[in-house]
Amino acid sequence: MCTTCGCGQGETRIEGEHALEHRHADGTVHSHPHDHSDPHEHEHGHGDGHHVHSHAHGHDHHDLHFGRGPAAAHAPGLSQTRMVQIEQDILAKNDALAAAIRQRLAERGVFAVNLVSSPGSGKTTLLVKTIEALHGRREVVVIEGDQETSHDADRIRATGARALQVNTGKGCHLDADMVGRALERLAPPAGSVLMIENVGNLVCPAGFDLGEAHKVIVLSVTEGEDKPLKYPDLFRRSTLMLLNKIDLLPYVEFDVARCLGYARRVNPEIGVIELSATRGQGMDEWLAWIEGGVLAAQGALSRARR
Amino acid sequence: MALAESVLQIVEETARHHGASRVRAVHLTIGRLSHVEPEALAFSFEVVTRNSIAQDAQLEIHTSEGVAWCMECSDTVSLDRLGDACPRCAGYQLQVTGGDEMRVRDIEID
Repeated sequence: MCTTCGCGQGETRIEGEHALEHRHADGTVHSHPHDHSDPHEHEHGHGDGHHVHSHAHGHDHHDLHFGRGPAAAHAPGLSQTRMVQIEQDILAKNDALAAAIRQRLAERGVFAVNLVSSPGSGKTTLLVKTIEALHGRREVVVIEGDQETSHDADRIRATGARALQVNTGKGCHLDADMVGRALERLAPPAGSVLMIENVGNLVCPAGFDLGEAHKVIVLSVTEGEDKPLKYPDLFRRSTLMLLNKIDLLPYVEFDVARCLGYARRVNPEIGVIELSATRGQGMDEWLAWIEGGVLAAQGALSRARR
Repeated sequence: MALAESVLQIVEETARHHGASRVRAVHLTIGRLSHVEPEALAFSFEVVTRNSIAQDAQLEIHTSEGVAWCMECSDTVSLDRLGDACPRCAGYQLQVTGGDEMRVRDIEID
């Protein structure tokens, strides 16, 4: 981590992306995996005979003056506290980036899915089987989100599909900035399917729009059937729930009807497909859903061009 | 943590824009139905604001109540938690219409 500005918290790495070197005003040179526009604030104290205070200023060393407040002077004991209305959504920046991605994908007629689940639900296997089934019909381009390793992207690439691994480091979800940067490299062609495999986590990905057409939540029957109630936010925001590993139903205690009931409690509109990625049950329905999405994306594009 | 960083970013930009020397307090509105745990956010905020203009700023989190549109009742009803039933008809045909926001309301600066 850079000790001057503390950046590097995200530790995001996108495969093949080179770190950017930059120079601070004090001559320190170091690298970041990304550039950012935050001027770095630091405090210092100085005595001028009348009072000692500390104040923040940027690297451009245009000092801020207490005299700019409503009282136009800095008299000790006179408070110049001001209230500034903001009323800004905390995730406004991410939402704006996501909107730009959505627009770009729409202009190319690309159908994008944000695949979310707990770790171990079988997302990657599902993706591999999906890509194999669509081979020769639809190109599938994949963004793989994981905290560490490129194992999943390697598995996807073994199918011949283009995949880019995004390692989030300590981050527990993908955000729109990461996806935007990955898309610059991947450039999915018109009529293709973009599958974004989010970091395995049923909490944080709920808040971060990635510019996808739909969130699809994968739940496997080896997990608790009450997950829709435990993690309602993601179920509420998902268009479709894939109930995976149904071939294991005879061996586990999982009440499908109860699970679907819970899911519909938090999202009455949610669609459900029961499938087994390894055995193939239900895969046709899933592939048809994808095809419907691609056709909708292309239909919207041709209407926009008319 | 990412949320706390986003809050700090908004606070820093606003403070800079107004020529502030210090941020005394930050007021957030967090909906009861949002996925944010206020205590976790408060902890993260304290961590990310260290050595920033908002160091030691008081974080106040105001909770907004959850509301939903019940399709059965054709009316707006209050909702404490996602997955709860309509308090009137006990049905689940609910669409959240409010109380899922996460906003920086205002800040107090010097």
